[in-house]
Amino acid sequence: MSTSTTAPSVRQAGVARPGARRVGGTGSVAWMALPALAIFIAFGLIPLFGVLALSFTKWDGIGVIHPAGLDSWRAELSDPGLPHALYVTFLIMILSWAFQTPASILIGVFLAGHERYRGVLAVFFFIPVLLSSAAIAVAFKALLDPNFGLGAGLGIPWLSKDWLGDEKLAVGVVIFIVSWQFIPFHSLIYQGAVRQIPKTMYEASAIEGAGRIRQFWSITLPQLKYTIITSSTLMVVGSLTFFDLIYVLTAGGPGDATRVLALDMYITGFQANVMGQASVIAVILVLIGLALALMFRRIGGGRSYDSQLEGA
Amino acid sequence: MDPSTSVTSRRAFLSLALAAGAGVTLAACGGTSGPSSTAGTSGGAATTTAAATSGGGAAGGGAAASGGAAPSGGAAGSGGAAAVSGSATYWFLTGQPGQKIREDTVKRWNAANPNAQIHTTEFQNDAYKAKIKTAIGAGQAPTIIWGWGGGGLKSYVQANQVEDLTSWFASNPTVKSRLFPSSFGAATVNGKIYAMPGETVQPIVLFYNKTVFDKVGVKPPKSWGEIMALVPKFNAAGVAPFSLGGQSRWTNMMWLEFLFDRIGGSEVFQAVFDGKKDAWSNPASIEALTQMQKLIKADGFIKGFSSITADSNADQALLFTGKAAMMLHGSWTYGSMATDGGDFVSGGHLGYMNFPPVEGGKGDPSDTVGNPGQYMSISSKASADQKAIAKKFFATQVLSDAEVKEWVDNGGIPIVNGSDKLLTGSKDADWLKFVYTTAANAKVFAQSWDQALSPTAAETLLDNIAKLFQLSISPQQFAANMNKVIGK
Repeated sequence: MSTSTTAPSVRQAGVARPGARRVGGTGSVAWMALPALAIFIAFGLIPLFGVLALSFTKWDGIGVIHPAGLDSWRAELSDPGLPHALYVTFLIMILSWAFQTPASILIGVFLAGHERYRGVLAVFFFIPVLLSSAAIAVAFKALLDPNFGLGAGLGIPWLSKDWLGDEKLAVGVVIFIVSWQFIPFHSLIYQGAVRQIPKTMYEASAIEGAGRIRQFWSITLPQLKYTIITSSTLMVVGSLTFFDLIYVLTAGGPGDATRVLALDMYITGFQANVMGQASVIAVILVLIGLALALMFRRIGGGRSYDSQLEGA
Repeated sequence: MDPSTSVTSRRAFLSLALAAGAGVTLAACGGTSGPSSTAGTSGGAATTTAAATSGGGAAGGGAAASGGAAPSGGAAGSGGAAAVSGSATYWFLTGQPGQKIREDTVKRWNAANPNAQIHTTEFQNDAYKAKIKTAIGAGQAPTIIWGWGGGGLKSYVQANQVEDLTSWFASNPTVKSRLFPSSFGAATVNGKIYAMPGETVQPIVLFYNKTVFDKVGVKPPKSWGEIMALVPKFNAAGVAPFSLGGQSRWTNMMWLEFLFDRIGGSEVFQAVFDGKKDAWSNPASIEALTQMQKLIKADGFIKGFSSITADSNADQALLFTGKAAMMLHGSWTYGSMATDGGDFVSGGHLGYMNFPPVEGGKGDPSDTVGNPGQYMSISSKASADQKAIAKKFFATQVLSDAEVKEWVDNGGIPIVNGSDKLLTGSKDADWLKFVYTTAANAKVFAQSWDQALSPTAAETLLDNIAKLFQLSISPQQFAANMNKVIGK
């Protein structure tokens, strides 16, 4: 595939790449991808084209589907709800990324140590990942209720704010809960990555007199580069799919303060019965997801997953 | 490490797949997974297969004899003389007391018709509204579709998804004549009847907590001006003037329904319903929206109202725990407040009234809004056997004497003529008489807006109402946004 384009630059660098010659050999195991490919085509590509086709129609979800050309696209793109939903989506995406990434790296580095108490803590840290988003939302909704929740129950005025009824607070609460839910998962990824960093690097730097902080900035973080990209891709693309949590927690409210694109799509399609426009939103979501994934590949150096371990 | 190019391309493929998958999963909600996840969020859709009791051996004859009781011999004669067989499905709403009564009605049917069982599935309110539309659209509708009539029913009719029952009612006149005539309005689309009215008439009522009123030393309001005057008094006493489950949005809508009616009369919303251009910009409409925001700005509603859902009954809890003094809500909440509120209802602490008039308003103070009944339609996709079962079920079990008694016992007014005679002697006689007179004396009994309008217009309405209550749009912006969907 991309062999011909990448190979020359690699050869110029004068590095022997035995792997390049084995490319032809992968053909023999290509059939292993068939089950995954079949499922991806059946449940990924075909619905995707279905949605694309629906975006050029007018359909109330119940009756007959009428072709409508670009009507749905025109209606959706001129709907003030779309830029707002995009804004909320990206706001939650960026803020939750900015909060989760440093927290996950720090916890991941902490958990990478082999002491037993760290292992015990890791088990507890991991619990939120095991819970369903809907259950988490129901629990937080009850805890944050200003009249019957934690604040009112314990008599702490600071806690009995209108957490989900104030527009700014509600966005903050969503970001907090999303982070609470997913930081353990990303910490786990970082824990694994940190453990893969060769000890020799730390030993060598220790001999040179580097302290723990210096080691973190100069060895750990650079070594985690690709893990950060992987984790960020998961966070960012995953944040496009936030639906269940927000739907149960705020239903997009108050007003439309937490109506992210996915929720906007659901409401447009299944509550307002405007399937054409909902399909337009779905196509936009797919395009944004693709664009973000490609962007992260670019940031990660795109073509070259060069070894970071040279000299180690 | 062996960073061969094939690894690169495979990763590229995977990351693309990941991204596409993210979008597709959402898009796939377009199938049936979306609504079912909704059901899951609300505690799950419990599937109850009504038990066929062993006494069912008495078969057809047993139904009429055993007080399962056909409403009248004539109906049973023509509607269900023929033996029916097979099985049918029926989806309806959870929430007591209606849930148990609906279950009991089906149990009576199943006991009497062992060869024609009806299988039920139950859903929470908000989950049901999404699920039933998707199921109908996907051709997976239950035989009997439980609903609210009006705009939702009209959208099923336009898609040819429900059976026209006009001729069936014509050949079974007793089924029709025993019900409130007003209940057929929301069952009728273009002059044809597409649903069997059932259950109870449910006007929206202004409830109040008598204990709180005594404690604060104030009298129930007789006008909108008195309501506004009460607000600071309750707030000063540390009690919220009104409870409200604002996240459900239709709860907020009930306020507008009354303010529009009291200020401008029932013709203001009628003009919207009839599709008149710019009907929302009527001065009376702007005035009602302005008054609404005045009450919100004066802290008329409980703190955090916009994050409270009606499905959780938290709004009712606020009233019966004395955290709020008043609540505008459907008459159906009476039953659950009696169940959940300790001695709140039985001890006589619950007060109620029709929404008071607004000074200088044109509306008739006897007018009310709410559900003129519930509506059961038959899926046009059902088999002939299933349709026969549903029709016989309508004729013999819906609002049978046993069901009527259950509704009355639980504080509801069944939409059966003369049901007021059953009220005397009931422990809730005062309440029942109040509901009966409110419904019977109303000059106009308007259907809830979100049920009367098409689903598309209703969603825009609810969305804008939420924003209006959040004070993020002005009455004028509300009117402008709503004018765009008139007639849609």
